[in-house]
Amino acid sequence: MSVAPVSVPYSAVLDALEAEALHIYRETAAAFRNPVLLYSIGKDSSVLLHLALKAFAPAPLPFPIMHIDTGWKFREMIEFRDRRAAELGLDLRIAHNREAIEQGVTPFTHGTHEYTRLMKTVALREGIDRYGFDAAIGGARRDEERSRAKERIFSLREPGHRWDPRKQRPEFWRTANTTLAPGQTMRVFPLSNWTELDVWRYIQRENIPIPELYFAKPRPVVERDGVLICVDDDRFPLAQGEQVHMRSVRFRTLGCYPLSGATESTADNLVDLIAEMEESNISERAGRLIDGEGGGSMEAKKQEGYF
Amino acid sequence: MSITPILHLVTCGSVDDGKSTLIGRLLAETDSVPIDQLEYARRTRRGGSTIPVGEIDYSLLTDGLEAEREQGITIDVAYRHMNLPNGRRVLIADSPGHEQYTRNMAVAASNGDVAILLVDAARGVRPQTHRHLTVCALMGVSTIVLAVNKMDLVGYEHATFEEIVGVVKTTAARLGINDLVAVPVSAFAGDNITRRTHAMPWYTGLSLLEFLSDWEPPARPDVEPLRFPVQYIVRAEGNFRGYAGTVVSGTLQSGQKVVVADSGRTAIVDRIVTLDGDIDTAVAGQAVTVTLDHEVDVTRGDLIAADDQDAAQPADRFSADVVWLGEEPLAHGRSYLLVSGSRSVPATVTNVRYRLDVVSGHEHAARLLEMNDVGRVEIATDKPIPLDPYTLCRDTGGFLLVDRVSADTVAAGLTRHAMRRSFNVVPHSYAVDDDARRLLMGHPSRVVWLTGLPGSGKSTIADATVGALHALGVHTYVLDGDNVRTGLNKDLGFTPEDRAENVRRVAEVAKLMKDAGLVVFVALVSPYQADRDAARSLFDEGEFIEVYVDTPVEVCSERDPKGLYAKAAAGSLPNMTGVGQGYEIPSAPDLVLRGTGSIEDSAAALVRAVLGEDQ
Repeated sequence: MSVAPVSVPYSAVLDALEAEALHIYRETAAAFRNPVLLYSIGKDSSVLLHLALKAFAPAPLPFPIMHIDTGWKFREMIEFRDRRAAELGLDLRIAHNREAIEQGVTPFTHGTHEYTRLMKTVALREGIDRYGFDAAIGGARRDEERSRAKERIFSLREPGHRWDPRKQRPEFWRTANTTLAPGQTMRVFPLSNWTELDVWRYIQRENIPIPELYFAKPRPVVERDGVLICVDDDRFPLAQGEQVHMRSVRFRTLGCYPLSGATESTADNLVDLIAEMEESNISERAGRLIDGEGGGSMEAKKQEGYF
Repeated sequence: MSITPILHLVTCGSVDDGKSTLIGRLLAETDSVPIDQLEYARRTRRGGSTIPVGEIDYSLLTDGLEAEREQGITIDVAYRHMNLPNGRRVLIADSPGHEQYTRNMAVAASNGDVAILLVDAARGVRPQTHRHLTVCALMGVSTIVLAVNKMDLVGYEHATFEEIVGVVKTTAARLGINDLVAVPVSAFAGDNITRRTHAMPWYTGLSLLEFLSDWEPPARPDVEPLRFPVQYIVRAEGNFRGYAGTVVSGTLQSGQKVVVADSGRTAIVDRIVTLDGDIDTAVAGQAVTVTLDHEVDVTRGDLIAADDQDAAQPADRFSADVVWLGEEPLAHGRSYLLVSGSRSVPATVTNVRYRLDVVSGHEHAARLLEMNDVGRVEIATDKPIPLDPYTLCRDTGGFLLVDRVSADTVAAGLTRHAMRRSFNVVPHSYAVDDDARRLLMGHPSRVVWLTGLPGSGKSTIADATVGALHALGVHTYVLDGDNVRTGLNKDLGFTPEDRAENVRRVAEVAKLMKDAGLVVFVALVSPYQADRDAARSLFDEGEFIEVYVDTPVEVCSERDPKGLYAKAAAGSLPNMTGVGQGYEIPSAPDLVLRGTGSIEDSAAALVRAVLGEDQ
């Protein structure tokens, strides 16, 4: 029996995903008093920013972007962030947990869970409160992790930024209930239905600038508990017997350098990188040290206000 | 010919029907699951599982959240993606199968193109099969794939399959479902899921995967009308004014004559703008920005349609089916916020016609609707809006009802039709308009909305300000909370619902008076932000001045001009704002007046606010 030759080019899938993201952006900009784009410098943020520029063209971005800076990002990331913000004339806000930094919290002194809670979750909450943002747009995707499969596009946070599964609003059609009761805020995820491969294909198609860290290059790394960690600056305390080697590595996700596992690779361009990715087919967050604690730990972080 | 790059699939059925196994197998066999998650499904075993360790327990791939397991709750829908070999993306909306959760199914089905309806071959058609079919039909899922599962348990018997198909087809016919396909499968054994096997030689149709790969929407008999709801106004350099939104139906073309359905004004589409350059045509699903050839009044939420007989007509009374989602039942006569696309307007359910038994299809007389109920209602909106019949377009025919106090979504509505009598009320455009009145009056007309605790000094400040304005020759009126409650609103109490209605009526009266050219002072406790926002929504920008009279509750209760605080303290006023009920401080008032400051200063500040800075 012959099968009707329906064939869908990848670009058509990307077009549909792009249109959905633009729709979400416009709804957010119009419905909320003071929205902000959470910009974390990585590939998802790069796509997010690109889509935001598309949504409001020819006008500039109608809201600020905010980076949660732990002070432990790769130096290249910070350079990239500042360069992009200047090029595009963005209103860049930077949020830290000053108190924790002053108390000397580092990825080496605190467990990854506590470090993440203090330096990212608390910093994010404080940043949102300080500027009075009522909607924070983030790059989370449903394919990242199992507990994300039930995340909304418009994800409601109760006073104190708490995510209450009982209060999540049903999402019908393209219609979102963006009304907020006092103290509530919204997290908005325009990339909800994108996959990691979609993100890369879109970067390729749209020629979107991303940090060089995603591409393989000889970098100084140490191997610790079976994970390759890049020694990005001299704050990295080497344990006895640990040696720094130059290895050709790239990063699949970017975060705090002491917590980002590197992948050995020779993919120094997008085509090779996408080919490598299609072959490996491992969950993206599998390489992230912060998610490792128990099957639902991403969920636990979310209830504390992590985005 | 257009293709469907992303197919929205709904899966209906319970765990007992083998739903998680079916979805898990579809995902695994299309390489849509990362290998570490597959590994997890090989290693992990739930209590009672008979699947040997090392083989994939497909049901584990769709496992729930910790919060659900611990708290025994279910989150309505999980979304997963699947990549088909022909490049098509399938987004699976999977709702938990417990049969009481009609509302979860409704959410999952609201975007669905295709539904896979599972029936356990060994147990046959069950009440929930009818429920699922009814909800799919209601929510406009165009194609139903009946997957008769566990065929391996009934010896792959053709007769068993046919019997089930016969029953389901009868129900489908009653519901007006035209496109129904039946596939015999075994999710456990892998028959007819991603490939046809030799287990059932009597079946000559497609596997589920093949069907999903080849699916195209059934041809519609009618032309799809243009629907472009405006989401956002883009203003940029060089006097650029564009209307951003998504074409939700039909085709938009530059040079086309369009009508703003809300106002009836027409214009020509000048440009269709994107960051990648202008385009000539935008089809359904595309997100674009359009400019018009001349300035027309268009605001967020307005609907742009082709200027022909298919243009939607604004109406303010509708017949609609609603799926009730809220924990509180539908309250008759209560004002909700009706949200449709980017449009938001206060609305009241004026009548419940019947409750639908989603299993039998019978209509039962009902006074109210509770969670998970589906029913036919009549809705009155505060102003005319062009809602489409849901069957014409989901995006412009579907709406949400939002509770104005909690901000929760309490219902999903499907417009059936605008009601005849609403067409008989057509707002007339009078020659003497606001501008003409303003000229005659010699001052702009405005509404000054004073909100604050009882005893905060609203009436006193209003009185002083009106005196000052009167001396300047400004025409004023004061709508005082207590005075209104002795007449127009004497049927209302002090529950949050009644307070909402009180505010709504006062706002409408204030609007009429403003239209007549007056400067209207409203002195009303109006404790809820949602109600005040709803009042503001009736007015154009600058016409509504929200003033928060900020007086500490201790001072108010000390003053206690009406003896209310004393009564509340004695327990005879349980709904007293500031004591038994909360007061929501305005989040962004236009003006804050200290209720403990001088009355003259407050009045002077209000006079400036009313007449503008130049006075």
